[in-house]
This record gives sequence, C-alpha cells and structure tokens, in this order.
Amino acid sequence: MSEEYAAIFKEEAGELLEELETALLELDERPEDMKVLGRIFRAMHTIKGSGAMFGFDDIADFTHHVETILDRMRDGKIYASKKLINLIFASKDYIAKMLDSASGGKTVDRDVGEKIIFSLQALIDAGESGADTIPVASESATNRVAEAGAVIHYRISFRPSTEFFLASMDFDALHCDLNEIGECSILGKSDGSIDEYISGEKEAFWEILLHTSKGINEIRDIFIFVENIADVQIVEIGEENDFETAEVKKLGTILVERGYVGSEDLVAALNTQKPIGKVLVEKMLVSPEKVDLALAEQQVMTKKRQNKIESVSRIKVAAEKLDYLINLVGEMVVTQARLSQASVGHDNVELSESVEEVERLTSELRDCVLNIRMLPIGTTFSKFKRLVRDLSAELGKEIDMVTEGAETELDKSVIEQMGDPLVHLIRNSIDHGIELPEERQAVGKSRRGIIRLKAEYSGANVVITVEDDGKGLNGDSIRKKAIEKGFITSGADLSEEDIFELVFGAGVSTAEKVTGVSGRGVGMDVVKTIIEGKLKGAVNVTSRKGKGTIITIILPLTLAIIDGLLVKVGGTHFVLPLSQVEECVELTNEDVERFHGRHLYPVREQLVPYVNLREFFSIAGDELDLRQMVIVNLNGDRFGMVLDDVIGGHQTVIKSLGWVYRNTEGVSGATILGSGEVALIVDVANLIKHAQIEELPREAIF
Amino acid sequence: MNGSDIEGMVKKMGTSTEEAISIQYLSFFLRGEDFAVEITKVREVLDVTTMTKVPRMPDYITGVINLRGTVMPVIDLGHRLGMAPLEKTVNTCIMIVELQVEGDETVEMGVLADAVQEVLDLSGDDIEPAPKIGSGLNTDFIKGMGRYSKKFMIILNLDKVLSTEGEILLRDMPAEINK
Repeated sequence: MSEEYAAIFKEEAGELLEELETALLELDERPEDMKVLGRIFRAMHTIKGSGAMFGFDDIADFTHHVETILDRMRDGKIYASKKLINLIFASKDYIAKMLDSASGGKTVDRDVGEKIIFSLQALIDAGESGADTIPVASESATNRVAEAGAVIHYRISFRPSTEFFLASMDFDALHCDLNEIGECSILGKSDGSIDEYISGEKEAFWEILLHTSKGINEIRDIFIFVENIADVQIVEIGEENDFETAEVKKLGTILVERGYVGSEDLVAALNTQKPIGKVLVEKMLVSPEKVDLALAEQQVMTKKRQNKIESVSRIKVAAEKLDYLINLVGEMVVTQARLSQASVGHDNVELSESVEEVERLTSELRDCVLNIRMLPIGTTFSKFKRLVRDLSAELGKEIDMVTEGAETELDKSVIEQMGDPLVHLIRNSIDHGIELPEERQAVGKSRRGIIRLKAEYSGANVVITVEDDGKGLNGDSIRKKAIEKGFITSGADLSEEDIFELVFGAGVSTAEKVTGVSGRGVGMDVVKTIIEGKLKGAVNVTSRKGKGTIITIILPLTLAIIDGLLVKVGGTHFVLPLSQVEECVELTNEDVERFHGRHLYPVREQLVPYVNLREFFSIAGDELDLRQMVIVNLNGDRFGMVLDDVIGGHQTVIKSLGWVYRNTEGVSGATILGSGEVALIVDVANLIKHAQIEELPREAIF
Repeated sequence: MNGSDIEGMVKKMGTSTEEAISIQYLSFFLRGEDFAVEITKVREVLDVTTMTKVPRMPDYITGVINLRGTVMPVIDLGHRLGMAPLEKTVNTCIMIVELQVEGDETVEMGVLADAVQEVLDLSGDDIEPAPKIGSGLNTDFIKGMGRYSKKFMIILNLDKVLSTEGEILLRDMPAEINK
C-alpha cells in the first residue's frame, strides 16, 4: 500500500480517535444516550474498515473486538457500565499507540491489547448470560435503537478527473458498493464515453441519491480510493425516523406521505435546483396553500440542518501552507507601510488614493488571514476532561469538570503551546486543590469537587481561568518553602498576593508530600515561563482558604502580529508590546537627582522602579536631558522603561531573530519598519528578570 | 565533513564524469588573509546595508539586517576567528551562507568579509589536509588548505566555526599575549 494512503489513514484515524474520546466522555455522563453510542460505533467501525483496507491488520483485528461489544450495546444487550467505558477508553488509547508505532513510534505492548480483548470478551459473555445486563426501559430503548439505525438521505456528487479513467477505474464498481450499504438511485449523469472523458472533451459526473442507515464515514470509505482523483461531495439532505425530529420532515417527504405527489416526481424535482415547493406548484402537482403549510412545518428544522451542511463544507489545509500565507501577508503589511510612507512626499491624488486603498485591503487581508489561524479552544478541552476523569479516579476523588467558552478562538500556535501549562494547572487542582470526598463532607461541602475551565474574550486578549472549589493555597506553607529556597527572607513583609505569586518560583510546592502527580515544585514555574515568555501573556493566582483557588491567564489573541509602541534609544528603534504599556511620562535630570540616582520615580503617588534602556542595552551616546519613561505593567507590577523618544503606535509583524539569537536577553524578536530598518521587540518580562539579576549583588553588599 | 571527505567526494565525482573533477570555492579576504568556502554554502553576496545591533550579545555577532523582508543575523567572521573587529571599507560585503547546525537544521546567516575575491575550481590535488599545528586555528574548523596560483588559502568549515557554542577564541592571541 502506498505511503500516501497510509498517511491519509493515519490522519483520519487520529481525528476519529479524537471524536471517539469526546463521544466516550459524553457517554460517561449519559450512559443511555443511544445517539452518542452510535457515534462511538461509527468511529470504531470506520477505523476498523479503513484499517483493514490499508493493511493495518493489527488495528483492524483489535478494533473488531471492540466493535463487537459496541454492537451489543447498541442492541441494548449490554449496559454501558463504568467498567465497560473504562475498557473502551483503554482500547482507544491502545489503538492510538498502535497507530503511533505504525508511524515509527515505539512498539506496543501486545499484552495490553490482549488483556483488553480478554476483559471485553468476559463482558460480552456475561452480557449474553444476562448477568451484567441492565434492561433499559423497554419502550424508549426500542425507539432509540431504531433511531441509531435511522435511514438518512445523502446527495452524492461525484466528479472524477481524467486520472480516474486513466487509472481504469469504473463507476459501476462504486455504484455496486453504494448499493450494498443502502438504496441508491442515480439522479443524473454525464453522457460521454470513457475516451471523451479521458481526452477532456466532456466532463464526467454522477449525481446520486443514497438512502442508507450508515453514517457519512461509511460512504466516504467507498470513495476513499478515488479521493485524490475525483471530486466527491457528500451532503446529508435529510433524516427519516429521527426520534427528535420526526415531526419536522422534509417538505418533499411530507408531500409524498400525504399523497400529493409521487416519489418519482419528487426525485425529478429534487434534481432541479429550484426550491422544491415552487417547482411542485409550477408543475401543478400541488396547490400553493398546501406547500405553505408544509413549509411552516419544515422551517423549524431548517436552521439545524444548515449547521450540518456547513460542517461538511469545510476544507482541510496543511498548517505549513497557512504559515506561509501568514508570512506573505506579514511581508505585505511591511511593504504597504513603506509604500504609504513613500507616497507622502508626492502631491498626487491618484497615487495617494490607490495607496489608501491598498492600505485598507492589506489590513482586511491581514485580519482575514489571522482569523483563519484561529481555532476554538474547545478542541483542547476534551483532553482535559479525560485527564480529570482518569486522575480523580486514580486519587479516589470525585470531581466534575465544567468547561465554558469552548468556542473562544485563539491563534493555533497559542492553543498548541497552552496545552502543557493547562495540564499542569489542572493536575495541581486535582491533586492538591480538591480534597477527598470525606474531607469535603467534613467541612460541609458537597462530596464532588468542581474544576471550572473557562475561556472568554476581553478586548484584544483571551482570559482563561482555571478554578477549583478545593481547600485553597496554604500561605504559611508557601512562605516556609520560599524561605527555605531563599526566595524571601524570614522577616519579609508580604501581602497575601505576593505570597501566592511565590508559587510560580522554581521549587516551591505547596504539596505536603510528593506524589506521582504533582508536588515536586516544577510545573508552576514552567507555566509562568511559557505564558509570559513564549506567549506574551500574564498569569496570576488568587485563593481563599477553604474556598478554592482561581488561576487567571491572560493571553494575546495572536502572536504573528501585535500592536506595538515604537520607541527610540540612540539610533536604535525598539518596539514595546502595547498590551503591556500603561502610560508615558517624562523624566528629567532633576528627577533623577531627587532620588539620588536611584532608579525610582513616583508616578501617580506610587514609586515605580525603572530600567534605563540605554544602560541596559549598552547603547552608545549621551543621555538626553529630557527623557521619556514608558510605564509597563507586568502582572500588576509597574516598571518604567527610560528611553529617548516615543514615536508612536506600530503594527508589528513579528519576525524571529533566528538561531544565532536564541539566547538573547531583553529582546524576543524583530520587526521591519517602513524605512526598511530592523527594530527589536522588547521582551518586558525577560528584561525585568535580567535587570533584577544584575542588581542582586549590589543589594547583597548592604 | 573534513578534508579527506572532500577528497573522497572529488574522486567520486571524477569517476562519474571525465572532466569535472573539481569543486568550486569562493575565496575571500579576512584582514588580509585568504580564506575560502565551498560555493554551494554561499547563497548570495551583498553590500553592507543598515545594520541593527542586538544588544547584550557577543561582539562578533554584529547585528541584523533586513534582507528583502527577512531578518538576517550577521556575524563578523574574522572577529569570530580571533582577529581584530572588522573595519568597514568600500570592499566590505556580506556573504549569505547556509549552515547545518545541531543535527539537520538549516539556518541562514550573513558573514562579513573584508572583500570577496573570486570563484575558484579546486581539485582534490589542490587541497592539502588541515595542518595539525601552526595555523593557529582549531583543526576542526579547517577543511583543508587550498593551493591556487602559488597562494595558500584556508578552506573553512563554516558549519563548525559558526555553530560551536561560546565565545572561544580560536586562534592563539598575538605574540605579546603569549609572552
């Protein structure tokens, strides 16, 4: 089997496994939901089918066993017990491992697979003998089984390319396959000969209407071999016997059922693209009033169906192509800035008008392209649900995970990099946030703890909060640890907030004992590094003893282009991330003398420490008499950046400084200005960190 | 890749085609001395343009330039090899080179040369293995000594010269320090 097909299979199987996990988590919450069970079954079945087709026999064999038990579950013979769901979870993990090993990962432990199969078989046997069966309330169960096997209409539009015919492929074979899974009628087809198709004289097409109880994936499977050489569009156009939507059938179906029109007329009418009601009226087959009545009935479910069709009309694009596009747009933004600057000098209305137009188009294009990279954060949420489920079971805790704002969109790269920090935070909450059920009862809380993962927009930022209703942070113990590690002196007078801030220091853990889960004191510092360093965000923690802990993460929407403040020190331009800038004030020599040269300055009755960028970056030239100070906010702390000149806002396309500059201090990237000059982007958190390190020895003397 | 590898490669090429038994090198000056690199490493040669210095980096990392929209780091190769910092003249130019670092990663960077000279064809016979001592350079950094019209030039292994960590001076310091 060619590599290409194997790669397609792996990618598809990966997606199916994700779907499987989401569905399993739902099944865990609602074990009698037949619809969810149907989804699980379909996913497993597709993995099995295409696995066998592409020569992944071990995966197909294994999946077959799982499918058998799912089939029994669907028939209502076996109840979806916790044990069984756990086994299916384990099966899912095992399949993922097999996939991984097939693509060069480490080999799987076959014993694990055999154990799963053995346990599954035991459950099947028990189910057959009726021992483990819990009869589901009979009437609703039959209804739902019928629903899982509901007949769905699909319209398939098949447009093969010349390669299809060159490869001696035959539509009849596909037609046979389609007939096997359901009732299939050809609505229309092209009338050329194979030679005409190959020479390109005529374009081949088939329009097919398929009534089947199988899912869309099974239909796709039939076309999987021709995917690359033919355009196949499968659209779900209706569902029969659907439990929830039985009363909102398709207009055509309703008319046929009422005997107003025959089904042949309907199919013929469907084939034309006009609204069906209109066509039927035109053909004098039905009166307009009757159509109106039926239309009203239909309207209810129209919206629902639209959503479904939309999900089918998505396309998949390789991430690299998208990155390339972003790069190109980045270049264009820079070039456009140059163009605008160059056009200023010329007194030419035509030129300035078109330049303005380009400016508008560029900014629209930029927003549009950046928007493509946005993914809903919910894609990562199911991973965390699984984490909570497994970990709480392991630790004997009862925890519900509540997620909100799954639809909040963030840049792809931000979402990818947020995975690890969120896992750390949620693990922390499970391990030493939420108490054991007995402890919770003892203090008058409900046995089940809640972890709330929430994402929401806030201006140009996204705020993610991880909240638990556990015992909260123990300030005294953090203080003790921090003193041990030498972060603070024993006499230090710290506010509660400052103390909580200490948990982000390396080696500070609040756990009394180290467990396999957490308590080693790594983690929180990693979280802080990733969020502040890589993602240019901020994180802080609030906690109330006995009530719980809330961790708030603020992230920029995107990392490719940011709003910056362009400033100048000597001859060098720098960009400060505008999201961190609070205000600009002036600093004179007298101000410096007033504080005896110490880097402190009062802004709004608050003493703000500052860093002189000219000193910090060792930039040649004399200090100006009147300097600017930009006040930046870093997690609630205010710092000043002293520089020569504030130039103004700047749309900053972030460019990597490259491998040579992997260890820079105080700058994190570069951008190209309209003049073509390179300006450096200041990494405020990193700069403050290094400025602090440099001051340490001086403090130690006193 | 070391000197003997090149010889092997040259021989291999010689067996496949009758005439082409040589590899092309680009020769350049660093503070008056002749150096060369394989021409396949060099993507282009530019005049010196506006450079932005990245602060708090070693001296030999001169800064970054805007190369048609890409931010390109530039390195003072002579200074990196322990020579005096570069003094800009009309002949100073930037060679954009491709390097293999840390495994298979390819990175591009600019390298400052006092002057770029010519493209030479050198066959295996024209290249002598790197001298074990005497060159003042770590032998890892030298692929071989190229001989061309009675001149000798040091053929550099740029991958090694530019990817080795730390600010190590590769050449013995001038005589007064040795005393």
